[in-house]
Amino acid sequence: MSDISAMSFEEAMAALEKVVKDLESGQVSLDQSITLYERGAALKAHCEARLKAAEERVEKITLGEDGQPAGSTPVEGL
Amino acid sequence: MEMFEHDAPDPGNAPEFTVSEISGAVKRVIEGEFGRVRVRGEVGRVSRPASGHMYFDLKDDRAVIAAVSWKGQVAKMQIRPEEGMEIIATGKLTTFPGQSKYQMIVEDVAPAGAGALMAMLEARRKALAAEGLFDAGRKQALPYLPEVIGVVTSPTGAVIRDILHRLRDRFPRHVLIWPVAVQGQSCASEVAAAIRGFNALAPGGALPRPDLIIVARGGGSLEDLWGFNEEIVVRAAAESRIPLISAVGHETDTTLIDHASDRRAPTPTAAAEIAVPVRMELLAWVADAGARMARATLSRAETRRQRLVDLARGLGRPQALTGPSRQRFDLWVDRLGPALRAAIQAKRGRFGPVAALVRPDLLRRFLAEEQRRIDLWASRLAPALEGRRRRAAERLSEWSARLLPAALRNRAEALRHTTQSRQALIALGGRLHSAPRARLEALTERLDRLDRMRQTLGYTETLRRGYAVVRAGTDLVTTEAKAATCPALEIEFHDGRVQVVPRAGDVPPPPAAPSTPHPPTPPAPAPETPPTRPRKAKPDVPPGQGSLF
Repeated sequence: MSDISAMSFEEAMAALEKVVKDLESGQVSLDQSITLYERGAALKAHCEARLKAAEERVEKITLGEDGQPAGSTPVEGL
Repeated sequence: MEMFEHDAPDPGNAPEFTVSEISGAVKRVIEGEFGRVRVRGEVGRVSRPASGHMYFDLKDDRAVIAAVSWKGQVAKMQIRPEEGMEIIATGKLTTFPGQSKYQMIVEDVAPAGAGALMAMLEARRKALAAEGLFDAGRKQALPYLPEVIGVVTSPTGAVIRDILHRLRDRFPRHVLIWPVAVQGQSCASEVAAAIRGFNALAPGGALPRPDLIIVARGGGSLEDLWGFNEEIVVRAAAESRIPLISAVGHETDTTLIDHASDRRAPTPTAAAEIAVPVRMELLAWVADAGARMARATLSRAETRRQRLVDLARGLGRPQALTGPSRQRFDLWVDRLGPALRAAIQAKRGRFGPVAALVRPDLLRRFLAEEQRRIDLWASRLAPALEGRRRRAAERLSEWSARLLPAALRNRAEALRHTTQSRQALIALGGRLHSAPRARLEALTERLDRLDRMRQTLGYTETLRRGYAVVRAGTDLVTTEAKAATCPALEIEFHDGRVQVVPRAGDVPPPPAAPSTPHPPTPPAPAPETPPTRPRKAKPDVPPGQGSLF
């Protein structure tokens, strides 16, 4: 079972989708369904954490004399 | 003026120009007359040397005019003249005295009508498409939820604001704005540099590498958007390894970057919508997924619990299963005690008569009988042992007796063998001794035989036949001359030797020699002493006697 914390949001979402479908299909054993449920709960928590961590941050790149990026400055008020 | 006309026939009075003067005069006339002109024509051959200036021809079906744009003017041009392009050039006429040439300094170039520009755009699009830059196979999938979004646009104005607003509504993200000019001559190079610059950012560097790039610009005229049709921009967008959304102009405007990008958004706002999903929807989805999961798990558990109850009911009461067995058990338990007692009674009844037969004197008699048999065997034990010992002793002495004669016989045999060997040794010694002696005798006999042969062959046998040998001392005297010189001679006969002295008188003196029958044989003349016995020695000696020796 892959490490959930290393998953991207999209991967975690796809994994959660599959867990839900497996559980709804009723094709898994009771023991398995408990394991699946726990995994699904972990995936859900991971997805929610990624969604709640959404934070706007806008920066403007400052260019050096050679045209290469020299750094960035925060942009406010846009 | 009249005076000049009058003097016209006389060339001597016409004013004289130098070449430079006349060239300068022409230049002034042309520049004064055509200070600012607009010329429409087709661009002919274009050359742009390292100096940065641009030289090209403007032509129509009948005439050609040379045109030049200085480096600074070229940089400001919205559109660069390309061969075959129909343009309207704005500038002034001038001359180039060094080559007796007139030309147009072109400050700006505009396409001769929108149709011409569109034709050029179409030609460029086809060329780039032929390279495969617009192939569907090159398109990259956009990330579902980019963490960092790079936006290439003007840092001020409505476009970036629209994008940020829409992102904020949907899913706030980390946005990096790479400021560029979105029109004008530097637009294309800056946009291309920005796309390449974002790609050049290393993951985990000081500036985060974007997961997605949006190249955006608001609406404008075809000329305004022209920078996004430039080849360097198109190539940078096609080469970008970061997925790229283009959003240039309004929905109806299509620039070449739209063909090369991974996704084309009709407006900057639409680009933001394409870039990120709606956060609230995702939250709802996740919540719903959790609810569905819980519902499915619970309903499944409930179904199973119900099934368990049903099955348990089907099992019935356990007592019902064991009842009959318990009854049978009780029945047999009741019969166990009486059966045991009856069995003991029966066995005891059969044991009584047998026990009555077993008495003590029966055992004692048996013991006495056994004691007697033991004593009998014990009494036979000692004699048997003694007999065995004696037989062994006899065999020992017998073997001992046979041992001594054998040893003596061996010794005698050895002695006899030694004696034989010694005799053989003596015989060999005798043979060893006698072998050289026999050989010696044989050699002696052979020596005698050889000596006898030697004597037979020697001169002594010749002496026996009447010859004699004359000597003086040990020297042999074979001539009369020599005999004459010798004081004494010795004559050897076969049976002895006689000493003689040659006498002078017997021998004629040397002058008489010719009368002598044997001149060489006379003894040496003038012997000092007369011979004791006259002896006519030499004439007997044959002249060839010496050869015997």
